[in-house]
Amino acid sequence: MRKAVAIVLLIIVTVGISLSLAKIPFGAPKTKVGKRYIEEGIEDTGATNIVTSVVVNYRGFDTLGEVTVLFIAAIGLGVVLTTSKREEMRKIQPASLILYTGCRLLFPLILVFGTYVFVHGHLTPGGGFQGGAIIASGFLLIYLGCRERRINRVVSNLAESLGGLIFVVIGLLGLVFGGYFLFNFLPKGTANALFSAGIIPIVYIAIGFKVGSELAGIIDNLIEES
Amino acid sequence: MMSFLADYIYYIGAFGLILIGFYIILIKHNLIKVIIGLGILDTGVNLFLISVGYITKGTAPIFSGPGIDSEHMVDPVPQALVLTAIVIGVAVLALALSLAIRLYQHYDTLNLRKIREQKW
Amino acid sequence: MTFIVSFLVVFMLVGAVAASAFRDLISAVIAAALVSLIASILFYFLQAPDVAMAEAAIGAALTAAIFIIAIRRTRRYEE
Repeated sequence: MRKAVAIVLLIIVTVGISLSLAKIPFGAPKTKVGKRYIEEGIEDTGATNIVTSVVVNYRGFDTLGEVTVLFIAAIGLGVVLTTSKREEMRKIQPASLILYTGCRLLFPLILVFGTYVFVHGHLTPGGGFQGGAIIASGFLLIYLGCRERRINRVVSNLAESLGGLIFVVIGLLGLVFGGYFLFNFLPKGTANALFSAGIIPIVYIAIGFKVGSELAGIIDNLIEES
Repeated sequence: MMSFLADYIYYIGAFGLILIGFYIILIKHNLIKVIIGLGILDTGVNLFLISVGYITKGTAPIFSGPGIDSEHMVDPVPQALVLTAIVIGVAVLALALSLAIRLYQHYDTLNLRKIREQKW
Repeated sequence: MTFIVSFLVVFMLVGAVAASAFRDLISAVIAAALVSLIASILFYFLQAPDVAMAEAAIGAALTAAIFIIAIRRTRRYEE
């Protein structure tokens, strides 16, 4: 009975979506907002990566909302999983010598690569979210390879809170100097240089720290063996 | 037929993923399999959004050198929205899995039919 | 060019059907990570390098890792 209702619903959804997809041509220009952002992007913000200038400058308030959603998910996971009863202690096997040495060798290289990706977010493809995910993958390697170590919870919470605080403080400074929240008040500099594009590198560094320590904290909460 | 396939192959791929994600959520009874279906549905919708913003013979919207013209660039607004959507997707999956772990500790099974039969 | 894209899309749909049909949950998670990886390649063909990087790092690596950690704390086989 339930399967029949589900199949009928799927057929209705299929017919509806394919009738409306036939009207959208593939590859034709559809909106005018994108053209305006491409043509006037470098004069307004100074960043040569147009996707970065849309995420941080033209649509900065949506990024603040997304950072809040990630924060709420991390806190919710911490609250749900701490009040569990004690499971039986599983014996952790120590890792072999090759695995231990290899993971210790690879971990600083992954951290440096993640930092490079989010510092150069306004010049090349990359940015805060991608760099934060790469840093969290480095911490996952430590959990899998050298199995006795845990990350320091005090430092991780401090990095996460400081990242969010710097983002909001820069927005409020923009309100003081310019007139609206997240106004770009630092000098724009020349294009294609590292210190250019106003507040965009500072905001992306704060987001990179916050997302990296948040995802590492989520993995630490899930792995906790009582 | 070949030109129709060449134009709409990305739409067919995204649409197929959305359908398979819906099928898994409606029919299967294991809770972790339902959460896997939610993740596949998320990936399908993101693929559809990016393929709507593509312009034929366009390049990526990055001015990497001094002499690049801005005539044929792809639309940058859907890419910014999908970047946000991917990160929110992983946050929702993490919270759903933590609730599934608590449910297993309380009922000792993850079969949705058996959980619905026990009222307590 | 169209031939490569068609082959990748067919592979992605076969992977999604396999994720729905496997009874061992860890195999289903690996099939879902394969879907995310091929979607990241298709994002690159659609001229979106930022989104391809984000999907490869978050969808293919971190999602599979948190699923396998959660499966280890519950049952492995679907009933």
